[in-house]
Amino acid sequence: MKQITLIVNGKSYELSIQPWRTLLEVIREDLKLTGTKEGCGLGECGACTVLLDGKTVNSCLVLAAEAEGRQIATIEGLADGDKLHPIQQAFVDHGGVQCGFCTSGMIMSAKALLDQISSPTEEEIRRGIAGNFCRCTGYTKIIDSIGAAAKSMGGKE
Amino acid sequence: MVTFYRRLPRFEYLAPKTMGEALSLLARYKGRARVIAGGTDLLPKLKRREIKAPPYIIDLKGIRNLDYVKYGKRSGLSLGALATIHAVESSPIVQEKFSILFQAVESMASPQIRNRGTIAGNICNGVPSADTAPALLTLEAKLKLMSKRGERIVKMEDFFIGPNKTVLVGGEILREIQVPDLPPDSRGRYLKLTPRSSMDLAIVGVAVVILPEDGICKEIRIGLGAVAPTPMRAKKAEDVLKGQRLSEEIIEKAAQTAAEESRPIDDHRAPAKYRREMVKILSSRAINQAIST
Repeated sequence: MKQITLIVNGKSYELSIQPWRTLLEVIREDLKLTGTKEGCGLGECGACTVLLDGKTVNSCLVLAAEAEGRQIATIEGLADGDKLHPIQQAFVDHGGVQCGFCTSGMIMSAKALLDQISSPTEEEIRRGIAGNFCRCTGYTKIIDSIGAAAKSMGGKE
Repeated sequence: MVTFYRRLPRFEYLAPKTMGEALSLLARYKGRARVIAGGTDLLPKLKRREIKAPPYIIDLKGIRNLDYVKYGKRSGLSLGALATIHAVESSPIVQEKFSILFQAVESMASPQIRNRGTIAGNICNGVPSADTAPALLTLEAKLKLMSKRGERIVKMEDFFIGPNKTVLVGGEILREIQVPDLPPDSRGRYLKLTPRSSMDLAIVGVAVVILPEDGICKEIRIGLGAVAPTPMRAKKAEDVLKGQRLSEEIIEKAAQTAAEESRPIDDHRAPAKYRREMVKILSSRAINQAIST
């Protein structure tokens, strides 16, 4: 067993883990933060996207041990109490959620994008979520939602 | 609680803090350890049980100052073993002076993978379709390999020896990729054929660097990906063009020659015949686009 410290959504966790466990497994099973989903488990679908030091990664391809001491952000860390984050609210308001399985990953990719570019073009939004699959194929509404989120967060048209 | 089936096999995780420590560990566990930088190629292979699980995984990410993308007038571009695909993609000097490399990295995988994966890892993985390979071949990059016994420099075109096989021997780590300056006024174009516009492997990748001068082809380098057991230079095609006046006929002839010297295979992604035809079309398109920019 390996002793590690994970900092998830600003909170520090002391954990004893097996070295072959992924960040995704530890987030879901040990921390019980099940908002982050496992899709393919192979880095293709983006359902498990979290932010590692502000950048999107596939948490299914990161060892928990590799994330030692780094800043991890998951979907659970976005809302402020009962108040949804503007990106989450935009997904609700603009029909960006269908079955919901890709939503956490989509929103984390959107968060990383909007942290970098406050008023992205449609092309930039498409590139920003290029690593997230929506198997309901609801991409148009997702792109609309991210555009609306950018506006409500103060970005210009 | 959901049951997961795609677990990693068991291994010990080692995180050296210096290159010396990493090389010592690799020497000590020779044949029983695998090195990871981003891990985005090795971990899926382990999950799929495509390769035998190594008892030890040596993670280079704890080594400081190895993630550089730097440029010097005399040394050219240097990429450290931990330089991520994203770091190279967002480097102004790469965008400005090494456009062929920029086009290749921009076409790769997804933002998530580019944030994590490294250029060095893409090369060491040794797959014929690696996007950075045709670009680095046309840039005539050199690779600095280190082991406990010392270091050696290998030319990019000598690095690959077969599918998933490189000249790296047990105990060696790719420490740095060195990219010399291109002749000023040369232009580069990377074209990649894929069914999807992102998150896909190249069916054919063609990198062209060309230096046209008063309508004459002064310098030409053509790199091909996914159409031979290794990424390759199309040297016969280059010979057709070198020193010649650039005309439609000669470009077509060079593209045809590139197709003839490629050695594609049939697989589930495309038949060999189609790949060869696409080498011809993309080579001619890449040359034409490069000279008209």
